Amino acid sequence: MTLQLAVDGTTAVAADFSNDNFWIWLLKAVAIVVFLLTSVLFAIWFERKVVARMQVRPGPNVHGPFGLLQSLADAMKLLFKEDVTVKAADKLVYIVAPMIAVFCSLLTFAVIPFGPSVSMFGIVTPLQLTDFPVAVLYILACASVGVYGIVLGGWSSGSTYPLLGSVRSTAQVISYELAMGLSLVSVFILAGSMSTSQIVSSQTQVWWFLPLLPAFVLYIVSMVGETNRLPFDLPEAEGELVSGYMTEYSSMKFAWFFLAEYINMLNVSAVATTLFLGGWRAPFIPADHFLQQGWWPVLWFLAKLWALMFVFVWIRGSVLRFRYDQFMKLGWKVLIPAALVWVVCVAVVQGVRQFSGLELRTLLFVLAGIVVLGLLVSFAIPERKKSAEPPQPSGRQPFDPYAGGYPVPPLPGQTLPPSPRKQRAAQAASTDVPQVTQEVHGG
Amino acid sequence: MSAVLGHALSAAPLGMTALDGGEAGTGEAVLFWVLGPIMVLAALGLLFARKAVHAAMSVVVVMISLAFLYVAQDAVFLGVVQVVVYTGAVMMLFLFVLMLVGVDASDSLVETIRGQRWIGVLAGVGLGVVLAGVVGRATYGPAQGLDAANEASNPVAIAHVVFGEYVLAFEVVGALLVTAALGALVYTHRTRLVPRVGQKERADARVAAGAHPVSLPAPGVYARHNAMDVPALGPDGRPIDDSVPRVLRVRGQEADAAEFAARTERVQAGRLAGTRFASSDPATGDGPTPPPAADPDGARVNVPDLDAAVSDSGQHGPSTGPRGVAGQEDQA
Repeated sequence: MTLQLAVDGTTAVAADFSNDNFWIWLLKAVAIVVFLLTSVLFAIWFERKVVARMQVRPGPNVHGPFGLLQSLADAMKLLFKEDVTVKAADKLVYIVAPMIAVFCSLLTFAVIPFGPSVSMFGIVTPLQLTDFPVAVLYILACASVGVYGIVLGGWSSGSTYPLLGSVRSTAQVISYELAMGLSLVSVFILAGSMSTSQIVSSQTQVWWFLPLLPAFVLYIVSMVGETNRLPFDLPEAEGELVSGYMTEYSSMKFAWFFLAEYINMLNVSAVATTLFLGGWRAPFIPADHFLQQGWWPVLWFLAKLWALMFVFVWIRGSVLRFRYDQFMKLGWKVLIPAALVWVVCVAVVQGVRQFSGLELRTLLFVLAGIVVLGLLVSFAIPERKKSAEPPQPSGRQPFDPYAGGYPVPPLPGQTLPPSPRKQRAAQAASTDVPQVTQEVHGG
Repeated sequence: MSAVLGHALSAAPLGMTALDGGEAGTGEAVLFWVLGPIMVLAALGLLFARKAVHAAMSVVVVMISLAFLYVAQDAVFLGVVQVVVYTGAVMMLFLFVLMLVGVDASDSLVETIRGQRWIGVLAGVGLGVVLAGVVGRATYGPAQGLDAANEASNPVAIAHVVFGEYVLAFEVVGALLVTAALGALVYTHRTRLVPRVGQKERADARVAAGAHPVSLPAPGVYARHNAMDVPALGPDGRPIDDSVPRVLRVRGQEADAAEFAARTERVQAGRLAGTRFASSDPATGDGPTPPPAADPDGARVNVPDLDAAVSDSGQHGPSTGPRGVAGQEDQA
């Protein structure tokens, strides 16, 4: 495993856009917007269908084959609904907020590479709208501006629940973007670049999610937090805030928030694919194989993208919503410190490699030795004595049905007293044996 | 449209490269004259906006426009970081505080440290003098041109400058920021005098105080009514007050359960009269009837066969009401 280092390379961007002309740009731009909008329609259907299968029900299956046209019908319904502007709203901000959300979410895909260079109408051009040396930072910038849509939408509605939603959203973004950015830093260090095409081309030998597994895990957690999805959908928690920042929105403005949320899911999945999962590369196939060239890689890219989308839905289908303080604790006390420690580790290893000229293999062996040594030392340290707990009483315990003030079931070793009804039956059967039983509350 | 903006971002360094002589290219000039007025208007908005959030939004517009100008001048890294750090984090914190404190809250203008204002003014003037002196005495080498400066890509060139020439200043600023953060922590730190009351402790306290341990019963469901204001009937046929939301009870908007139950029973009675049963003893009165006594053999006692006739509410409270069919249960 020889990880290449591109810091010394003079090409900051791997993709070559020199052949592009205006028409190619326009074509790519329109294709990206069309791709995003149709993907959102598909994603809504996909999510409903997958969640339904997880809950053992069929899901949407009426409109079109497999219910595929359901989301189209929903979108039409939203379009034709009455557009209500609430009286207490701050008009301008209220109208602009959903636009900000959608506009910023559409920007990210401009720098996502769908594939290598292909020939479009005789012009060889990369399957990517544009790229520049700080493309990934640009993605982070778009995401952080997009949150203004949520925050302003909640504030301008002039209502309590939306305001609470937007305050939550602000705090969430500040804390989870830090963790997200820090988890990406280790990729920058190894790839030696912040341009997306360069990062993809640095993953020819190994995809970064393997050597940088902790960073990948951190990214996956914080990307769910960043897109306000379950279990982190606190800005729109329907059990607590009706639907948070979009409570007062209706019709098309509501649909825009909805659209922005789903495009953001696609965005973060695409970023994870590009930075950690090898971008458009297929696994186990040599780089000069025809499956790694031309239009084929688009297929691999989409497969990875939708696998991550499935993970989103899977998480939604299986995890409960966090409480707000738990969520903040996770962000500030677990994710950010872990990301910091990981970045320092990666930087130290990379620095030692670069400045001492040590082989990576040697370095990894030394690290493994240190870890094993640490483990052995930890075995030698005597365990701290636990504070003496009162010994568990053995034998049959009297059952207290209101132990600690709550109605509780019997613990192992305790038995319920016979129920009054059973007792009456017994009494009826043999009237000569009177029995006195304890009254059981709530029994 | 997204792509067009992305295109503009990318095209800026390619197409609008500033000429080395110092004058701007056409594209850059157009961008400047478009963004300039917007920025001036937004900056004025900061001064004159009535609402604090509008002022904050004006600052955001200025920041983003500034980022575009940076990008147009080949400082891509600076432009993007400007948006990430200032727009994405600093202004977001401002907004957070604005919303948390309350948008309409006015500033407290009481000086807690005497003479603080004058010391502040003095220090500010001093800083201005020092800065002016430094800038006035600064000497610049001959211009190299952006192409030479950005040879190994813009972020790498900046990294060389920041972590090479100015590494000491960089570290000092870092230490200063950490100190400031620690200072803020110390200021806001409180020693905890009483044990922390968490969710579990609160729940325990509520239960110990005799709160209802499970969820309250739902409002009543009758043949022709299922609104929030109608109380449910207990197994003994008495209306359960707790099943109506507290607000409605306080306002006195609770409906009379007996009326709805009676309607339900009239429906049942009508059905039954048409089929098998005839209500035998219709005038039992308002009083609650006892629940049916259990048959020791386990057979069904006195339960009218209602399978498809009425809604399931009949099983819960079939026997109250002024003209109910309460007598059925008493038939042997």
